Amino acid sequence: MSILTVSNLGKSYRSYNSQFKRVVSWFGLPVKPAEEHWVLHDISFSINPGESVGLVGQNGAGKSTLLKMITGTLPPTKGTIQVNGRIAAILELGMGFNPEFTGRQNALHGLSMMGYSQGQIDQVMPELEAFAEIGEYFDQPVRTYSSGMQMRVAFGVATAFRPEILIVDEALSVGDTYFQHKSFDRIKQFQEQGTSLLLVSHDRSAIQAVCDRAILLENGYVIKDDEPEAVMDFYNALIAEKENSTVTQTKTEDGKVKTSSGTGQAKTKQVGLYNSKNQLAEIIAVGETVQLRVLVEVFEDLGSLVLGYGIKDRLGQVIFGTNTWHTKQILHNVKAGEIHLFTIEFPANFGAGSYSIQTALVDKDTHLTANYEWVDRAVVFNVANIDKNHFAGLLWQEPEIKIDRVSE
Amino acid sequence: MFKAVWQYRYFILSSIKNDFKARFVRSKIGGLWLILHPLAMVLIYALILSALLKAKLPDVDTIYAYPIYLTAGILAWTIFSESVSRSLTIFVDNGNLIKKVAFPKLVLPIITFGTVALNSLVLLVAIFIVFAFLGHFPGVQALWLPVLFGVTLVFGMSIGLILGVLNVFIRDIGQIVPVILQFGFWLTPIVYTITIIPEAHQHWFDYNPMTHIAGWFQDVLLYNRTIDVFALLKFIGASMLLLVLGLFMFKKAAPEMVDQL
Repeated sequence: MSILTVSNLGKSYRSYNSQFKRVVSWFGLPVKPAEEHWVLHDISFSINPGESVGLVGQNGAGKSTLLKMITGTLPPTKGTIQVNGRIAAILELGMGFNPEFTGRQNALHGLSMMGYSQGQIDQVMPELEAFAEIGEYFDQPVRTYSSGMQMRVAFGVATAFRPEILIVDEALSVGDTYFQHKSFDRIKQFQEQGTSLLLVSHDRSAIQAVCDRAILLENGYVIKDDEPEAVMDFYNALIAEKENSTVTQTKTEDGKVKTSSGTGQAKTKQVGLYNSKNQLAEIIAVGETVQLRVLVEVFEDLGSLVLGYGIKDRLGQVIFGTNTWHTKQILHNVKAGEIHLFTIEFPANFGAGSYSIQTALVDKDTHLTANYEWVDRAVVFNVANIDKNHFAGLLWQEPEIKIDRVSE
Repeated sequence: MFKAVWQYRYFILSSIKNDFKARFVRSKIGGLWLILHPLAMVLIYALILSALLKAKLPDVDTIYAYPIYLTAGILAWTIFSESVSRSLTIFVDNGNLIKKVAFPKLVLPIITFGTVALNSLVLLVAIFIVFAFLGHFPGVQALWLPVLFGVTLVFGMSIGLILGVLNVFIRDIGQIVPVILQFGFWLTPIVYTITIIPEAHQHWFDYNPMTHIAGWFQDVLLYNRTIDVFALLKFIGASMLLLVLGLFMFKKAAPEMVDQL
């Protein structure tokens, strides 16, 4: 039983030549709108209890419109939204706060605006006050608050009752670090109790760390609904997409998705990771010196060519990445037909686990100006702890531990 | 529609309370301002016009007849114009709230209704206190006041709701209506009596609904006259029709409203 089902949802804005025609249309007279502008088309997805879903997309892709329709402030033009439970949105914290009233009065008013009764509100008020941790200020006018204090009360109000679906905008990253952690704890706690999360963010690491799934919106369509890493790789390729650039995703043997994109003016012919015995390797020992060899073929004359690479952990977070722009080894004026071999040697100082390598062929230090080719999961390898003592984490760091007895 | 509103009854109460409190949360004499504004208005007109109009007020023996007449009319007008002008901008003023928070929009006119009703009651109490100082105690006809209050409120709110809905789409309405209200005030026998108008033209005033309402307020507060119940019933019927029209337009416009705010 899903907690939120969105089916064939569409939204259009109608404009009329004259507003009088709009008024006439309410009374059932047949007046055609001058223009119908569709901003969302045929959106369908569902969210299960406890699932957390990331919503990504470029500005203007339709994320806010979709969220407004899910929260119920905007009516859909077609399609349906079925919600089984209560939705709370942390979008605009502190909406409708009156600066002249105290935190308590505003909290009370804010909760009543969400449709709760006096009795329900009285029950959660002590907990809300404790959560906000602003002491005596809770009974002072809000105009005397710092913005951080206002945030605390507002967040407390938004999350005073556990909703079935919590919508969190990236604007959440406000307030001091301590309170950020506290808010995140509360969100996680809700999640454990079965709340589904809908997180809107451009932040790759936040989406990949928190979400089980991600939905990518582009020009009002859902173009990707998959596990976060695959979607974020696709999104990354998309924001660099220019004319005559293509994005392709293929399933690899391990069931993961390999994403490649770019204009194709230069391409990687071969990418391989070699171990210390000069063999193509899939399993690497912790600390072993390895070589990443990338064979690049150039198809068009290029002003500059930069190779970038990044090593990603199991969750798809880049743990190390650099490029030949930063190492000042930019190739200038490369001609069509040239083939270059890049050999990158480094010690595999990683913790045991699965890793992947992404490669990028670009013109400068980012892939946003020209993206010749970008490949995610070009190489997948495993690191095994063969000869080191047991350790935890992603990083291998040879320790030297000295113990001195300082008293009898 | 109405069931959803019932769930938000605490929000409605809280909003009315807050609106009332916000008016004097930082002023020294607080609620007195609610009374001082209309009283100042009465005082000004009374000082300027009373000598002029004294002779024209028939069958009233108190020397304060004119100020009382004036106060009755201004009370009626204040209830009406406040209902209209507040409803006129409810959707536009609360645009941000409507766009960001999901709640039944019908709650907003209900809050306005409550706020205006509360303010008018406070004003009425103040007026009775002033009347007592002047040695004037309205007679038994004053029992009509609750009905008159209700009619004026519903009439004003219905017009306000219709205009408020239209104002979302045609913002000029928000500019025109206050001007029309200004004219309306002077086209209603409030500071003057209908008797100063040449008899041949008096019938034109019948087309102004506020002439009737102001007249009833003056009847019960000053003259202690019975009011024309049949006319009142007709008026109630018309107000109800307007209210239904307003609610109908609101229901039709609601889905498109958010797009325009």
